[in-house]
Amino acid sequence: MAAVAIENLTVAYERRPAIHHLSGRFAAGSLTAIVGPNGAGKTTLIKAIAGLLPIESGNIGLNGLARADIAYLQQQTEIDRRFPIVLRDVVGFGHWARIGAFGGLTASHRAALDGAIAAVGLSGFESRPVATLSAGQFQRALFARIVLQDAKLILLDEPFNGIDARTVVELIRILHAWHAQGRTVLCVTHDFDVVRRHFPETLLLARRPVAWGATAVALTDDNLARSRGMAEAWESDAAACAHAGVAE
Amino acid sequence: MIWEYFISPFAEFAFMRRALVGCLALALGGGPIGVFLVARRMTLMGDALSHAILPGVAAGFLIAGLSMPAMSLGGFAAGLAVALAAGAIARFTPLREDASFAAACLMALAAGVLMVSLRGGPVDLFHVLFGSVLAVDDSALILIAGIATATLLTLALFYRGIVAECFDPGFLMALRARGAVYYFVLLGLAVVNLVAGFQALGSLMALGLMLLPAVASGFWASQVWSQAAVGAGLAALASVAGLLLSFHADLPSGPSIVLVAGVLHLVSVLIGTHGSLRARYFPAAHLQA
Repeated sequence: MAAVAIENLTVAYERRPAIHHLSGRFAAGSLTAIVGPNGAGKTTLIKAIAGLLPIESGNIGLNGLARADIAYLQQQTEIDRRFPIVLRDVVGFGHWARIGAFGGLTASHRAALDGAIAAVGLSGFESRPVATLSAGQFQRALFARIVLQDAKLILLDEPFNGIDARTVVELIRILHAWHAQGRTVLCVTHDFDVVRRHFPETLLLARRPVAWGATAVALTDDNLARSRGMAEAWESDAAACAHAGVAE
Repeated sequence: MIWEYFISPFAEFAFMRRALVGCLALALGGGPIGVFLVARRMTLMGDALSHAILPGVAAGFLIAGLSMPAMSLGGFAAGLAVALAAGAIARFTPLREDASFAAACLMALAAGVLMVSLRGGPVDLFHVLFGSVLAVDDSALILIAGIATATLLTLALFYRGIVAECFDPGFLMALRARGAVYYFVLLGLAVVNLVAGFQALGSLMALGLMLLPAVASGFWASQVWSQAAVGAGLAALASVAGLLLSFHADLPSGPSIVLVAGVLHLVSVLIGTHGSLRARYFPAAHLQA
């Protein structure tokens, strides 16, 4: 069964396709790395699945998943780490789908919150302002927020950027726990070494899929070289795509 | 002596009492709003908003002369319109928020000055730009106090949503949690507080009482709610000290209050408990862990 079924998807910025006629499926419960050169459309794809970008054409089937069943973690640079807020409040936003902007926290909500903080090894840091956390601790706090969200589909955009090796191991342990719980996890990353060791499935993207399947089969040197060539193709006077079906 | 300097100006003169109550209400409402603007990195947007109310104030002035209700209503309508337009442009186009608000601010300022100059001389313009806290009457006082009350109630009600939207808008967007609502609630509160401040301090000075204590509060507290409390307190302190300064030294009250707020800010930069120069260059002994 597919958790995410993508049919002939095109997402464009000012008519330039960042994702071009992509079709394929992420199986329910799969753990997939999305890799590819800069400009390959990795972030675009994950944002489109999260429903954050308008789709030019095609379809993303979510198999009945509601918004509350999807957790999306954007690149860390998009969040202001000097914001005056303590760690417990940041993780607590993971309850949003259950309590919204106005609901109160019950005892079981509080217990779940403490549990999520403990699950990423940050117990004792609850009242620390996030400005005093290291980049790794902050990323673990955001992972705790996802733990609390209890989502069926988890979308991560470059969660290992700027994170030291020891914390990456810690984050991957959490990722594998999600995988073991049957959640579907899609993770954009640049770290091929991590992908080869920890991700069963890989989508190698260069606006179109270069390879999609078992990591050992997808991540070959040939495929990587091919993906680099494809992503850099950019013509200033490119004609309208023949498959687009819309006249100018 | 303490009585003479600190109490008797308020005890003897009704206009000083009104000014005091008005400024304390402004401090209570505007201080916390300022903290949100600083946390959301919107201080320059506050500047833009303070200019944005000008054309509305000018329109009220053209229609009804120096009438506070007309000018306030106009200022509120213009500020809200500019905030909504600039905010929407920033949200739904690639244009950055600061650029969008700067563009709106410049247009509003030019339109406002042009409209004031259509009628009346430089004295009127001076009044609109710098206000006059000592001329606050009872109806203005009720408006200011009402805005402060409504502001604090609205902040309490929407606190979680506004903090979430300011901290991580992408999170709410992915949840379809209508983050835009909280964003525009904050912008709306900023506008009404600037209008309230305009009555007493003028459109150029109103922002000072809102933002300076908020900026300073970051040196004393590290959460939004505690910074809001510190910000409101510092703003109240600046109001009292500024009014006394203007009374004893015979200075204009608006700039006096804002300058005292500025001094409090500099003191916070020097000796605050969080990240001040003192904490940096003369730190207490470091902890074991």
